[in-house]
Amino acid sequence: MRRDVMCGKGTMKIEDWTEKNAKYVLTLPAVIFVLIMVVFPLIYTISVSFQEWNLTTYAGRKWTGLRNYAELLTDERFWNATARTLIYSFSAVAIEAVLGIAIALFLNREFKGKNVTKTLFLLPMVSTPVAVGMVWLLLYEPTMGLANYFLSILGISPQPWLTSRTTVLPSLIIIDVWQWTPIVMLITLAGLATLPKEPYDSAKIDGASKFQILTKITLPLVMPTVLVGLLIRLIDALKTYDIIYSTTQGGPGEASETLNILGYVLGFSYFQMGLGSALIILFLLVVTIVSLVFMKLRNKAISSLY
Amino acid sequence: MQSTRNVMKRIGFYVILILILLCVSFPFIWMILASFKTQVQIQSLENLFIFKPTFSNYPKVFKDYDFWKPILNSFIVAFFSTGIGLLLGLPASYGIARFKQKLFGSIILVIRFFPGITFLIPWFSIFSRIGLIDTYVALILSHLLINLPFIIWLMVPFFESMPLELEDAARVDGCPTLKIFSKIALPLASPGIITGSLLSFVFSWNNFVFSMVLCGGRTKTLPLAVFNFVSYALIDWGALMAATVIITLPVLAIAFVTQRYIIQGLTAGAVKG
Repeated sequence: MRRDVMCGKGTMKIEDWTEKNAKYVLTLPAVIFVLIMVVFPLIYTISVSFQEWNLTTYAGRKWTGLRNYAELLTDERFWNATARTLIYSFSAVAIEAVLGIAIALFLNREFKGKNVTKTLFLLPMVSTPVAVGMVWLLLYEPTMGLANYFLSILGISPQPWLTSRTTVLPSLIIIDVWQWTPIVMLITLAGLATLPKEPYDSAKIDGASKFQILTKITLPLVMPTVLVGLLIRLIDALKTYDIIYSTTQGGPGEASETLNILGYVLGFSYFQMGLGSALIILFLLVVTIVSLVFMKLRNKAISSLY
Repeated sequence: MQSTRNVMKRIGFYVILILILLCVSFPFIWMILASFKTQVQIQSLENLFIFKPTFSNYPKVFKDYDFWKPILNSFIVAFFSTGIGLLLGLPASYGIARFKQKLFGSIILVIRFFPGITFLIPWFSIFSRIGLIDTYVALILSHLLINLPFIIWLMVPFFESMPLELEDAARVDGCPTLKIFSKIALPLASPGIITGSLLSFVFSWNNFVFSMVLCGGRTKTLPLAVFNFVSYALIDWGALMAATVIITLPVLAIAFVTQRYIIQGLTAGAVKG
């Protein structure tokens, strides 16, 4: 009855037309947005990457072919930034994987306060990254920060943390681990909740030890889910910008300058639009390669499990 | 014997749990504590937890650093980019889910993985040519680039998992697709829509890099206002921490109230079902 009221048949031609093309009518607005705000800018970036275009000189734009790419690929600064990006992302995600899975296995039971626990785990990753950066800036402050205070209690000499070339990257990785271990933990926990019961029952009948159950049943079963989560995490880690820029701006010197930061510096501090665009295209290439390799490894790992 | 061992085990579990939770929440505790300290109290490492609180940091943030405006700016941008994101994203997700528009679906997925900076150079030069730098329009459009793919990413599996019986029955009755979408599918999808809107709002509220390039004095958003504290020669830590509390508080409130939905939203994509 109610359905009839809601869905009175249209007699107008426009309605017939929209019905025939409903699938396009639904997606068209989003497609137009993507064309204007994503596809067009991407083509624009690619074309600017082949031009010399410096906003500070008013010299206009000049086609220079592959010169921007050649300049970057022979520049030590670019390779250092690439290495830093990879070191930062892979170490952070590796630590997050170990900690996240371990904590998820630890919490995978019913206990009082489970919901509060999950909520607290949510906070680091939903909080404004700039705010997180500022708090860690204070915690890491060499003279008044709590980090060195804790070290002094443990009898370890104070560290320069974000203010020295050698310690800045590990310090940033610690922030990343603090911020993003929770997502690995939550994804693993969600994956654990969907595991089938049967393998466990038969393992119990066979008298398998707890360790055997963990390594032979639980981990292999939950791994596909966790690996997808880790891939997403890895790509996001490669893109890390807010935390790094708000705490160090890529410094001291260039010691924490990742590809993302270098792209920003080239484009919006030096106003080298051509060079910046070329860097962004190379950066996209790095992200794509890393995800493809990771995906291949994941498929291999999964197919070897069965 | 058995029961004392169990009790010991339980106590051990909670001790470890509390240690883990302390690690997770410690920076927040520190942020709140420091926001009630004077510069001198922050600089000394005595009386870390017990001190005479000062309430001058919060008024200072609003008076000396003029925080009302960035709060309003951030709210406007987050509100409208979320709203428009839903307006464009919900029909698109439904279209992708029901009519198997795989190509567009995967394009959206790829956009989700693009670094935000990819688009900043073209946007900056186009927006400055048409005079949109330092306007809400530019900021809202740029934030849509995060919100729209996220909403679609979240909603496509949601629509796909919804039962088809009701929709099929309506179709047999001659109900047009757009009405099926708006009157049947949308109401059923409301949990997903709530998750999507809240997280979109948070992502937009948190966004830093787009604001850095597209903002000016008029539309400066909160993350930018917080970051500006560092540019002073001497950082006013108490006020800075009060500012970080102000910017994080709404996000934390949303997280606490809608914890279950947000976990679903953030873990979506990895966990099926």
